[in-house]
Amino acid sequence: MMPVTAGSANPSWSWNLAADIRDMFSYPFMVNAFRAGTIVAILAAVVGWYMVLRKQTFAGHTLSVAAFPGAAAATLIGISATIGYFGFCLAAAAVIAVASRPERLRGFSAESAVVGTVQAFVLASGYLFATLYNGVLSGLNDQLFGFTFGITNDQVVTLGVVALAVLAVLAVIGRRLFFASIDGDVAGARGVGVRLLGVTFLLVLGAAAAEASQITGALLVFALLVMPAAIAQRMTARPLAGIALAVVIGVVASWAGLTMAYYTSYPSGFCITSFAFAGFIAVRRFGASA
Amino acid sequence: MAPVPEPAIQLRDAAVRVGDRVLWHDVNVEVPAGQFVAILGPNGVGKSTLLKAVLGLVPLAAGEAIVLGQPAGAANHDVGYLPQRRSFEPSLRVRGIDIVRLGLDGDRFGLSLPWSTKNREAGRRVREVIARVDATAFAARPIGEVSGGEQQRLLIAQALVREPRLLMLDEPLDSLDLPNQSAIAELIRRVSVDSGVTVLMVAHDVNPILPYLDQVIYLAGGGAVCGTPAEVITSETLTALYHTPIEVLRTSDGRLVVVGGPEAPAHHADRHTGEPRR
Repeated sequence: MMPVTAGSANPSWSWNLAADIRDMFSYPFMVNAFRAGTIVAILAAVVGWYMVLRKQTFAGHTLSVAAFPGAAAATLIGISATIGYFGFCLAAAAVIAVASRPERLRGFSAESAVVGTVQAFVLASGYLFATLYNGVLSGLNDQLFGFTFGITNDQVVTLGVVALAVLAVLAVIGRRLFFASIDGDVAGARGVGVRLLGVTFLLVLGAAAAEASQITGALLVFALLVMPAAIAQRMTARPLAGIALAVVIGVVASWAGLTMAYYTSYPSGFCITSFAFAGFIAVRRFGASA
Repeated sequence: MAPVPEPAIQLRDAAVRVGDRVLWHDVNVEVPAGQFVAILGPNGVGKSTLLKAVLGLVPLAAGEAIVLGQPAGAANHDVGYLPQRRSFEPSLRVRGIDIVRLGLDGDRFGLSLPWSTKNREAGRRVREVIARVDATAFAARPIGEVSGGEQQRLLIAQALVREPRLLMLDEPLDSLDLPNQSAIAELIRRVSVDSGVTVLMVAHDVNPILPYLDQVIYLAGGGAVCGTPAEVITSETLTALYHTPIEVLRTSDGRLVVVGGPEAPAHHADRHTGEPRR
């Protein structure tokens, strides 16, 4: 990773927007941060819309947490962090899918117990890997809270390819998944493979969590995965409009957050989360008065 | 209405096993096309399972099931199914119209472009069926925010949107208040008469639908009796079916009350005590 941080650019906000933006984009690390932030915001908003609809936010959180041992293990054995992120998130998704098979468990409370167990275990593993690899304190912070300004060109390409693949899968199964999510019995009677769709969606969620955790860090994934979708679902009950709105909110929050991080040298994870959270508060107030 | 010559549903010596328990056996049922038929019986006797067997979702342990001239499950594109509800959570932010639309093409792969002709045609069909069940006024609201009776209308619209030849409803009157029960019962009858669709409906209480029924299938004691309500809901028939003394009483306003039997309470207070799902 490039040892470049926003602080070393030493920028100052001038209120001349065009000049400010030109200044910001004169640094390749900022351009990459915006590229990655946009890709991830779009993917996370679309996947997050389904996740909120399916009430699987707890599973989503656990899959994001799995990014932490993934990155830590990759650092420990000296391979690319990207492999660690995707490997651990997808593996955790598979574990949750297998362990919460309906033949084994009944009801959602049982599924959430499985999810919680997995979450505790992956967090503990992450801590173990980080401890085994001495002197990773700054790395640990990045893994938990994000390090947007060290994204390389290769990473941007990987993020883009994975995002396209996941979105393509969603485009194919999206309508069936919507049906299965809100009306499983009828969908099943119509020949929709509800069970297989559930497994597929967990893997999709794992991939999205792995992507998002590279931007916001494992603990702040919800800024891009939940908040835009939750805001959008509050604002409209139309499915397509809701997904589009979630994408817009996610992209705006991530652009605004990155800009704020660049000019203030506050951590980018905090900035992105703050903008998403502000949107959430605004829409709750607006929703309460309407 | 042009009745199809073949019966809509035929069960011959059918039996269903759940685990190692035989739920019912030697069931012979023939439902002529266009009829309004109710499945009655005490809790846990396998009424919902009978619907699922007709859908081909539960395999028969013996006998055969012919639905719309084909083996059970093969003609499901012509069957509208409304499972036991299943009310939507108040927090569900999905419009009724979207729920109805799922009945039309929710099982398709891929996206439909909002501006395509196919999509406009689908929208027209959805609006039409919503108007047929008098749900236009609330179809654009999130389904979690409308009343139970309104949800039920939208769900019936969902089951009807593909213009099925057979409509199967599992306790559609459950958890509705009395005025809504009779309104929905009347709606189902109207749909059946107007479009000649065969209706097979599981009911806990026969009284709201009694005036409209052509036939009843009464399940009890592991077997079934079919016939008109006047033939089947009598003390003699039910006593023979249950193998225990049963009395059918008629109240002054024409309602039927079934009294006696190990599992047939006169008052249906035990309705949620664990009817097996399959």
